[in-house]
Amino acid sequence: MSIIPNILFAIILIAGIGYFTLNVKKLVRNIKLGRDVDVSDNTPIRWKNMTRIALGQSKMVKRPIAGFLHIIVYVGFVIINIEVLEIIIDGLFGTHRIFSGLGTLYGVLIGTFEVLALLVFVSVTLFWIRRNIIKLQRFWKSEMKGWPKADGNIILYFEMVLMALFLVMNATDVHFQDMQNGNVISQFIAPLFNNFSQATLHIIERSAWWLHIIGILVFLNYLYFSKHLHILLAFPNTYYGKVKPKGELDNLESVTKEVMMMMDPNADPFATPPENESAEEEIVKFGASDVQDLNWVQLLNAYTCTECGRCTSECPANQTGKKLSPRKIMMDTRDRLEEVGKNIDANKGVLNDDGKQLLGDYITTEELWACTSCNACVEACPVSIDPLSIIIDMRRYLVMEQSAAPAELNNMMTNIENNGAPWPYNQMDRLNWKDE
Amino acid sequence: MNELLKVPTMAEYMAQGKQPEVLFWVGCSGSFDDRAKKITKAFVKILNQAKVDFAVLGTEESCTGDPAKRAGNEFLFQMQAVTNIEVLNAYEVKKIVTACPHCFNTIKNEYPQLGGQYEVMHHTQFLKSLLEEGKLTIAGGQYKGKRITFHDPCYLGRANNVYEAPRDLIRKLEAELVEMKNCKSKGLCCGAGGAQMFKDAEKGDKEVNVERTEQAIEVKPDIIAAGCPFCNTMMTDGVKAKDKEAEVDVMDIAELIANAQDL
Ligand code: SF4
Ligand code: SF4
Repeated sequence: MSIIPNILFAIILIAGIGYFTLNVKKLVRNIKLGRDVDVSDNTPIRWKNMTRIALGQSKMVKRPIAGFLHIIVYVGFVIINIEVLEIIIDGLFGTHRIFSGLGTLYGVLIGTFEVLALLVFVSVTLFWIRRNIIKLQRFWKSEMKGWPKADGNIILYFEMVLMALFLVMNATDVHFQDMQNGNVISQFIAPLFNNFSQATLHIIERSAWWLHIIGILVFLNYLYFSKHLHILLAFPNTYYGKVKPKGELDNLESVTKEVMMMMDPNADPFATPPENESAEEEIVKFGASDVQDLNWVQLLNAYTCTECGRCTSECPANQTGKKLSPRKIMMDTRDRLEEVGKNIDANKGVLNDDGKQLLGDYITTEELWACTSCNACVEACPVSIDPLSIIIDMRRYLVMEQSAAPAELNNMMTNIENNGAPWPYNQMDRLNWKDE
Repeated sequence: MNELLKVPTMAEYMAQGKQPEVLFWVGCSGSFDDRAKKITKAFVKILNQAKVDFAVLGTEESCTGDPAKRAGNEFLFQMQAVTNIEVLNAYEVKKIVTACPHCFNTIKNEYPQLGGQYEVMHHTQFLKSLLEEGKLTIAGGQYKGKRITFHDPCYLGRANNVYEAPRDLIRKLEAELVEMKNCKSKGLCCGAGGAQMFKDAEKGDKEVNVERTEQAIEVKPDIIAAGCPFCNTMMTDGVKAKDKEAEVDVMDIAELIANAQDL
């Protein structure tokens, strides 16, 4: 028996996993470009959120049809991948169906996989129909052109092919069909191959087997370039997702320091800051104009976004035809972060100023100012993404670094400063209502 | 109605060496906006009737800073916050009630880190607690059998998960509570939050408040109930834009209760 296939298999396996690891490292590096943020609080709640939202898909089922189909694909995909373990052992050691010795249990396992494979196939087909024939509105918004649109379909084809290969592999495996154990679905496909010679059958079976495992490795490596990264990132993302009430925006600490100084009658405004702090303090920029100004959870959010558009379809600004789309905010953030990452790769680890930034080159001020901060997008997101926090951080940059708020907002703020109310009324008149 | 409102201030309480049970935080809208002032008064009438020991800050109150913060001006927000907190802490305030969800959210969630720790309640929560304590009774009165739909203010609902208190109060009025297609956590914004109240909307096909009002009108209500002075303005404008002022009223829950009691 030749061991060439085994060696070939090992090489493909190592290459596949190796390339994936490389990309994961890049991913982690890019995410770490973000500012630090303390997420060590509320550990029990965070675990609970992850279990409920990512593992339990609790937010997916808010839209019952999509939720149900998604759960099938999700469960199916996870469970069928147990089969990969057998494939790897067989591939490396030249065995055939090493686990078949388990007898009835093996039958039950493979039988389950086959049923799931069929269910996944059907669900994915329905997803495809929903996307391409029913043309569900949220998959056809302006930000869903080109790659994002293709990406959504590619993954569906991928899964169809992988599931089909799995069933064909079982159907053409004479040895497996002879066992009459677990081939609950493939027994109905097997007759299609009735007139084939033993040799041809064997070739088909081997081809399906190889394509199946290669397909899985390709799929794994495709993830990095796709919105399907959510398969992996949904877990950390729901763990690190917001645990505070949705209405609570963070209070910028850098601002607190300055405000406390200004308010403290004993503070010496001309004092130089203590040595150790000054270096770090100087670079603090208020708000965000580019991806490095966001915190790493926001960047993780961007990589996790599945482009499902649930946020955008709930956004009141978007529903009334304004340019704002929270999904686009997330996609822009990811695109810009990728661009920055590539720049760093090309320049041996340092970022060469490319004259671009997230604000302006990707996200326009018109989008930012259209947000009502209603949190509908945050509520809708099935994987705990917070587009609103990015919008607010960018508004902060516009207002505090650039004094670039719309004129009416400047009036409002001047009023607050002078009169303690957003309107030009005198603070001394605050109780007038009592006697009116 | 002619009876004078009793609205003691914290300063007056202090002068007498007393401390009220609860501070009523009126908010900018409730203090200055003509429509919202009516809500403020309605709420005070109920407090007076229920003999609640409360006080207001009056001229010592200032904007919480919510619109500044959401517009991106964290400086101005924190200046406002720190000043307000100083005043509140000087009076040793423990418990605050407000009819504005924006003030509610800011004081409840964003002040603690800056040194302001209080028990904060939205007026619908507070009214419900008065009911439970038996200090207030609500009989259906003029709203019995009326179709009322409730517009969830984003800063009360999604922002802080308060969905039931206002609804419980509406049910107490023996009214028929009808829900819009977007309600509770899926409620549609009125369009005022995030400092939008103070500027023109960006270009689009429609104003948000009109869209929301259409959703409300779809369920054919006699009254659109709100729990936020800003929502109230937006929905009132929406009803006007749809020429429905004759059929649909926009009312705050506090007003509904005050009216039902003939206060
Ligand atoms: S918070 Fe802003 S972006 Fe999100 S749904 Fe509301 S208006 Fe849209
Ligand atoms: S942010 Fe969330 S809801 Fe919006 S497209 Fe991305 S995954 Fe979907």
